[in-house]
Amino acid sequence: MKYIFSLEFIYLISSITYILGLKLLGHPETAKRGNLIAAGGMTIAIFGTIFLYQGEVPLFIYGLISIAIILGSVVGWLIAKKVSMTKMPELVSIFNGMGGASAALIGLIEFHHYSGQTLSTFTILGGLIIGSVSFSGSMIAWAKLNGTIKYPIRLPKYNLLNNLIFLALLILAFFIIWSGSDSQLYLYILFFGALLYGVLFVLPIGGADMPVVISLLNSFTGLAAALGGFLYGNMVMLTGGILVGSAGTILTFAMCKAMNRSLVNVIFGSFGETDSESEQGKSDTIQGDIKKTTVSDVAILMNYSQKIIIVPGYGLAVAQAQHAIHELEQLLISKGIDVKYAIHPVAGRMPGHMNVLLAETNVEYDKLAEMDDVNPEFKNTDVVFVVGANDVVNPAAHNDKSSPIYGMPILDVESAKQIIVNKRSMKPGYAGIENELFYNPRTSMLFGDAKSVIQSLITELKGM
Amino acid sequence: MTELVNFLSNNLDMVYIVILMVFVGVEIIGHVPAVLHTPLMSGANAIHGVIIIGAILVMLGADPENILALSLGFVAVILGTLNVVGGFVVTDRMLEMFKKKKK
Repeated sequence: MKYIFSLEFIYLISSITYILGLKLLGHPETAKRGNLIAAGGMTIAIFGTIFLYQGEVPLFIYGLISIAIILGSVVGWLIAKKVSMTKMPELVSIFNGMGGASAALIGLIEFHHYSGQTLSTFTILGGLIIGSVSFSGSMIAWAKLNGTIKYPIRLPKYNLLNNLIFLALLILAFFIIWSGSDSQLYLYILFFGALLYGVLFVLPIGGADMPVVISLLNSFTGLAAALGGFLYGNMVMLTGGILVGSAGTILTFAMCKAMNRSLVNVIFGSFGETDSESEQGKSDTIQGDIKKTTVSDVAILMNYSQKIIIVPGYGLAVAQAQHAIHELEQLLISKGIDVKYAIHPVAGRMPGHMNVLLAETNVEYDKLAEMDDVNPEFKNTDVVFVVGANDVVNPAAHNDKSSPIYGMPILDVESAKQIIVNKRSMKPGYAGIENELFYNPRTSMLFGDAKSVIQSLITELKGM
Repeated sequence: MTELVNFLSNNLDMVYIVILMVFVGVEIIGHVPAVLHTPLMSGANAIHGVIIIGAILVMLGADPENILALSLGFVAVILGTLNVVGGFVVTDRMLEMFKKKKK
């Protein structure tokens, strides 16, 4: 009976809730429950650790821990609740960075307690490096998603530079381990070196690949937590960390697969190969005029179509136009038109972003077509309505070897009979490149905020 | 080398856990629909907030005189809590939308 109240038993229960929670998160109906179960497991693990700790601890330390937990909970709760749905991917990135920073700090504090012990030092330095990279990398990813950092920044020979820094970090870490040194100077060099590496690691990677990077950094932080578990012989940190590490890695590969790219390609790949000179040359090469159209023209066009495919993108999320687009879809269907959504796996800022957004408005699942299924259908489609999407419909991915997004699978909207593109302005999309689709003779541009444009379309169509 | 062998034989249960957990993680993610990639990533993100246990252990084991260790530990607990609470709440908010889908 006593065992029920032991810390080991609580950790066991907690570990099971993580596995169960992640499993349930994999199905739409059970996902919410899964999240709550894992959160419950985390709560008992935290309180168990505090109240069942063996050893004399001064009361003021308990006070400090309580203050820290309350402070973190209130701030975390407020941030998570207040931020709008479009900013969700940024939030995941920030919270991931916090976990990484926590791991790095633990490494900084524990280092001198274990100096001279090879394996403990190995886990401490491992946690320190991985946690720091995860923290600074996540902050850069956040700044990129947020638009604070607009374009990929590439230092000359950045691949070589990054690898050299990484190598230097490894050599320094192994030197500390082997020499059994307890030098705080080396430790802090390692810490700041790892922070720098995290920044340089994410900076050159293009915006469109940011989801993959966040997922990768996510599994990094899991690994850092697992190393902490090894250090303390703490089972719940070990199981939770390894679970996230392996699940996160698989998730990262799944996302890469969705973009038909390898992980190596995302990190070192084509985004780096175009140097800034040829890119500047490129932006001048697109010639021709864009064709503007009006809401009433588009309404007439849609009214006499038989098949319409809607391609939603980040612009739809920004304008909060998901309810409007659903209403438009319903209206068109009531006129006997075949309407579908073509969902690019990485449309928006994260895989599944568009699905989440449209699920909010009760769009039926079978109206959401995946890329591979819908691509052959475009040539029989009368009107493709692109709402706030850009890079995922950029033909440069097929045609232009010098383009940063070359090789990324896209929605072949070009083969449709008419293409209507709704954008706020001619500003290039997230990858920071021009889109020749807009200059296609069959493309008409419908400028304006997605929500108001769609609403006026609905009004026009209702009058027909 | 002997240290490594010693470590492995002394902590064989941990080694087992690592190996089994790797497979569990892979299996769980195996067939998840793309729709749920984002919430899943967010949920996994909250779970690695388990690092907070380490931060709490640092605080509990810290020398009460060591101000630096205590303040770094304090910050580490705050950051860990942010990761846990923020992570789970954000995931819950994302999933709120799927719940509405059920008629």
